[in-house]
Amino acid sequence: MIKKKKHSECDLKLVDDKLTDIRFHGRGGQGVVTASRIAAEAALAEDKYVHAFPAFGPERAGAPIEGFTRISSEEFTLKTEIHYPDIIVILDPTLIGTVNLGKGLKEGGIVIANFAGSMDELKKKIGLKTKAEYHKVDATKIANEELGRPITNTVMLGAMIKITGIVDLDLVCNITAARFPGAVGEKNVKAIKRAFKETESE
Amino acid sequence: MTKASSTPGKRVGMTGDEAVANSMAVINPDVVAAYPITPQTIIVEHFSDFVNDGEVDTEYITVESEHSAMSACVGASATGARVFTASASQGIALMYEILFIASASRLPIVMAVANRALSGPINIHGELTDQTVCRDTGWISMFSESAQEAYDAGFIAFKIGEHPDVSLPVMYGLDGFILTHALEGVYPLDRKFVKKYLPEREMVHPTIPGNPVSSGLLALQNYYMEIKYQQEIAMDAARKVIPKAFEEFGDLTGRYYKNVEEHQMEDAEVAFVTMGALAGTAKYVVDKLRKAGEKVGMLKVKTFRPFPEEDLAKALKGIETIGVIDRDLTFGAPGPALYTDIKTSLYDHKERPQVLGFVAGLGGRDVAQDEFNYIYKQVLKNKGAEKSVPVEWVGLRK
Repeated sequence: MIKKKKHSECDLKLVDDKLTDIRFHGRGGQGVVTASRIAAEAALAEDKYVHAFPAFGPERAGAPIEGFTRISSEEFTLKTEIHYPDIIVILDPTLIGTVNLGKGLKEGGIVIANFAGSMDELKKKIGLKTKAEYHKVDATKIANEELGRPITNTVMLGAMIKITGIVDLDLVCNITAARFPGAVGEKNVKAIKRAFKETESE
Repeated sequence: MTKASSTPGKRVGMTGDEAVANSMAVINPDVVAAYPITPQTIIVEHFSDFVNDGEVDTEYITVESEHSAMSACVGASATGARVFTASASQGIALMYEILFIASASRLPIVMAVANRALSGPINIHGELTDQTVCRDTGWISMFSESAQEAYDAGFIAFKIGEHPDVSLPVMYGLDGFILTHALEGVYPLDRKFVKKYLPEREMVHPTIPGNPVSSGLLALQNYYMEIKYQQEIAMDAARKVIPKAFEEFGDLTGRYYKNVEEHQMEDAEVAFVTMGALAGTAKYVVDKLRKAGEKVGMLKVKTFRPFPEEDLAKALKGIETIGVIDRDLTFGAPGPALYTDIKTSLYDHKERPQVLGFVAGLGGRDVAQDEFNYIYKQVLKNKGAEKSVPVEWVGLRK
């Protein structure tokens, strides 16, 4: 899915084009861990290989946290955090402009943000010097309307699938519905599908 | 939640902690006594769900501390029960006293260690020191590279520990967070496998009603030394039992483990040697370096106690220089745990590599490809150095 890319920080060509490295950014309590896990579980269900985990200290609601999902069609043994992501998914718009979200993003990498403003504003606020693709969706609005609270993790999965196709939409909907049984699951599935429709690209 | 008996052949998503809990749900130990501590908590939490849901008939003893947890394990194991516990870091430190009693009493308790840095300063993240400091407790000690290995380790640990020639407790580690909290695909096993591989524990002198025996007695100048010597003999017996336990496990599952796993060692001139999750990254980096034409390999030390001196010496024959990467620490010693053990093991061998030491990844600091890249460069730079090269700390803030 990700085109061949190189970055300059590893001089022994350690970048692997077979791996897709996704970094989720959010705040404690917003479901970053769940997002990274659902993405990995979907990839696993497609018989891919995964390593997905959160980078957190003692859990603090509201503190910026990251979640990592590494996916490959081939088996891999790499056990590290994701420093050079192919894709960054931003769950919380208040992180944009306050945290260095684009850190290490590969040349030509993909930014998928929960953002209500214009595309130019998004680019300017993220402030990447390297080339990247930008995509945005007002996930907070969707979450508030569909779930009744601003938890955007599943919504942003819908956006990620729309842009990257890295995992199957229906599969993610099924996993989400199984994880949140009953009405909560149904609402989340609706939110995922809405994000899939409403995500805009530059 | 993953069911205790899933269909074999299909990978199931589990974190390392869930993998350990799921493996114990299949094993169905007689007794589990444990106290939760990050990053081990999910193991005991998840397992207590299995108890609650009736998926296991384990006696689950909730205790008020790790000291009590290990004490309860000792008591339970002395009756002939199959006993499991799990802990980490400060928890291991608190049960340290009882670890010696478990091994001296020859009780094959199995403990998963969610390897975490020791305080202070307080830290909850991955480091192997909590387990390497237990090297003198008389426990067999192993590490895992992946969630799959952590899953498989429980079965193998009981198999080794309960062998009548061994009869020793076994601990196996999985790196905090990077394994304990990371989701991976794991091939599950089932109760049919347990029946074949891990028959009921048979204890020679169980402490049960109607069969009065004494254990944990006083032994002074008269017998203490003999009892310690017997432990050493048991540890030596484990050297023979462990490869067989690995082989039998491999024959049934297709997953063959080794005390020392070799990766890309053929025609290698230099090699990384490490333990735990770092071994996974090392393998990956070695494959990349090989593609770039570098003659580099790696060794994963899976069994830390009994230390596989002979396996290491054999695997390192013809290698010029090795970089030993320790995610653990000792102060004021010739070097960290793995490094000093390797150097000692090789001393009597005429043909031995130059050994360079690196300390990395303490307190969960990530050891990424860039760090391995740096270590590789340092290995090449210092290759053949006539003076001894001090152990280097990698990834320190400048």
